[in-house]
Amino acid sequence: MSHDAHVYSKSQTEYEYTRRVRREAMRGQVTTFAIMIFLTLIAFSAVAAGFSEYFIVPILLLLAAIQVVLQLYYFMHMSEKNHGMAAFFLYSGAILGFTLFLTFLTIVWWN
Amino acid sequence: MSSIAKKKGFGASLWDYLTTVDHKKIAILYLAAGGLFFVIGGIEAMLIRIQLAKPDNDFVSAGLFNEIITMHGTTMIFLAAMPLLFAFMNAVMPLQIGARDVAFPFLNALGFWLFLFGGLFLNLSWFMGGAPDAGWTSYASLSLASEGHGVDFYALGLQVSGAGTYIAGINFLVTIINMRAPGMTYMRMPLFTWTTFVASALILFAFPPLTVGLFFLIFDRMFGGNFFDHTMGGNTIIWEHLFWIFGHPEVYILILPAFGIFSEIFSLFSRKRLFGYSSMVFATVLIGFLGFMVWAHHMFTVGLGPTANAIFSVATMAIAVPTGMKIFNWLLTIWGGSIKVTVPMLYALGFIPSFVAGGVTGIMQAAAPLDYQLHDSYFIVAHFHYVIVGGVVLAILAAVHLYWPLMFNQMLSEKLGKWTFWFFFIGFHCTFFIQHFLGLMGMPRRVFTFGADQGWDTFNLISSLGAILMAIGVIILVVNVIITIVKNEKVGNDPWGDGRTLEWAIPQPIPFYNFKQTPLVRGLDTFWIEKQEGNKEGMTYAEPLSDIHMPNGSIIPLVMSFGLFVASFGALYNGEKDWAIPVLVLGLAITFASMAIRSIKDDHGFHVHKEDILKNEGGNK
Ligand code: HEM
Ligand SMILES: [Cu+2]
Repeated sequence: MSHDAHVYSKSQTEYEYTRRVRREAMRGQVTTFAIMIFLTLIAFSAVAAGFSEYFIVPILLLLAAIQVVLQLYYFMHMSEKNHGMAAFFLYSGAILGFTLFLTFLTIVWWN
Repeated sequence: MSSIAKKKGFGASLWDYLTTVDHKKIAILYLAAGGLFFVIGGIEAMLIRIQLAKPDNDFVSAGLFNEIITMHGTTMIFLAAMPLLFAFMNAVMPLQIGARDVAFPFLNALGFWLFLFGGLFLNLSWFMGGAPDAGWTSYASLSLASEGHGVDFYALGLQVSGAGTYIAGINFLVTIINMRAPGMTYMRMPLFTWTTFVASALILFAFPPLTVGLFFLIFDRMFGGNFFDHTMGGNTIIWEHLFWIFGHPEVYILILPAFGIFSEIFSLFSRKRLFGYSSMVFATVLIGFLGFMVWAHHMFTVGLGPTANAIFSVATMAIAVPTGMKIFNWLLTIWGGSIKVTVPMLYALGFIPSFVAGGVTGIMQAAAPLDYQLHDSYFIVAHFHYVIVGGVVLAILAAVHLYWPLMFNQMLSEKLGKWTFWFFFIGFHCTFFIQHFLGLMGMPRRVFTFGADQGWDTFNLISSLGAILMAIGVIILVVNVIITIVKNEKVGNDPWGDGRTLEWAIPQPIPFYNFKQTPLVRGLDTFWIEKQEGNKEGMTYAEPLSDIHMPNGSIIPLVMSFGLFVASFGALYNGEKDWAIPVLVLGLAITFASMAIRSIKDDHGFHVHKEDILKNEGGNK
């Protein structure tokens, strides 16, 4: 939809507000980044330590799932406002994908 | 392009349509192409019914019969019903939500051309060594054994046209999420927009499994893969799962927009607000979800085991609940309304008993033990024709009459329309009702003939006679369309007199930018509210008149799709002809080159100036 372009200049308070919001977002991202590196380290060391496969595989899957969620929320901005619909579709897709996987597992491959 | 409509020569109009990105023109393209495929599929249906009209018939051979039924089903679902619904979604939905176009006009054109080239490719099989013959479901154990190139045409053609459908679905989703006019909250969207939304979401999730399945099939048949070959460690059942994970949502992709069309018709011609609007929305979304949890009801007899069968059986029956809600809401919409029985309303009234009959047989089939008796018999054929013809096709025919004035500013003849309806409706029940009994008497589906001693002759003959009535109905419709186009009497906006939603408020012929100012939506049935308050303009505006930004037309979508069309021939003849790989590469090169051009060349569209809009106003009302 088109609207005429308006030139818009921010007031001082607005400016300070955006700065504060950005600073907080930045802090969140750096923290998450650190957590993600840490999770990756755990994953690598779990493999390197040579635990049983039955232990490692579920742990790796779990860590991967956490990574995906962190990625979505902190780096792909899903935590921000107005992303409800995108989140809804993502979760629907995930639920469907999981159901399909589960049925294939139970009635095709294990049968 | 100027904002003022000018008389153009034939060449210029043709070029205009080949390059258009305007949702209203793309709607017309979908309508024309879908209509053509509908006629082709209809001719195939007539051939089937001629062959089955009497026992031991040799009108067509067994092999040709298999090709005809396969192409009939595939054409009707993928190339007729869906594109025809897309025609109305394109024509109506952006207007209903107060948008100037869909979110991605370029992609809209691309979606259409992909569908058309995919459909053409599939149908070229008739002239290039034989059509696919493994049924529209193309079960791998059959399709891998099928000789010749028929099934290759199926896999590649559906892959290309499926990409088009997918693009169209995403486009509608983004449009509805982002382009609603101010005040058009989700719970104020007309039901046709809602059903378009949910059907598009189903496309989003249902088409990837089909794409994967088709790629497996393409690899197995053309590039030496073994996904479905159990002797090589593959599994033929996986095709069935992938197909039906797509296939069941697909039938809801078809029926939900049909529900939307009928919801509009019921409230328009009962001159009453739709009864239970919010429960209608809820039911639509719920059907969308449940639609994904039931696919294995097509596979009860495969041997999934009693637990799986029980789960899918119960899930399937659950769908009847939201569907029933809808039926009652429609009935209560008519109840106490001041009803006008126009042609669209006739279709809507005919739809309810027909569709309910189809739903009831569906529930019967959902009982797994009973389905062991019904499966692969004519009972199934009767069921899905009751829901698809009694639901989807009636909706499409109704919509042709309902939205013709919106799309072409002319009115189809009501008199001929009623003839079409009665021929089609009676013919439909005549053809398919009796097939329930043929099924119960043991006639299997997909057989090319039967013996005189099996006791199926009379019923088959009745069924074939019904098909003739349906054909007469369609021919009357074609005549009606031709007469209307030749007469070319302009009817202006709101020709039904009782329009409730925004699309009827726009002046005719609709300017290519749709709304000179974005409308403000103040409630459900926007136009109705404005009319009640005596607003002659039909709309309240949300913004002052200003320049409008519009996209430029482009030939690139057509070229891009053409590239895939060429590439498909390369893939098809891989390992057989020397030129196969070069042609495959050439086709892909065309597609990627046009993608590159599209990405590199900046196209910022153009502005329609305020003054031109004001000038345009005068000639328009
Ligand atoms: C109450 C709703 C419905 C129920 C419970 C239902 C149930 C079923 C079941 C159990 C089958 C498999 C039968 C078999 O092959 O043994 C079936 C087949 C079919 N249904 Fe439905 N159905 C419903 C609605 C619909 C609708 C709305 C459509 C389409 C608009 C549809 C289209 C089809 C088609 C095309 C087939 C046959 C596919 C094939 O084997 O070629 N159904 N239905
Ligand atoms: Cu189904």
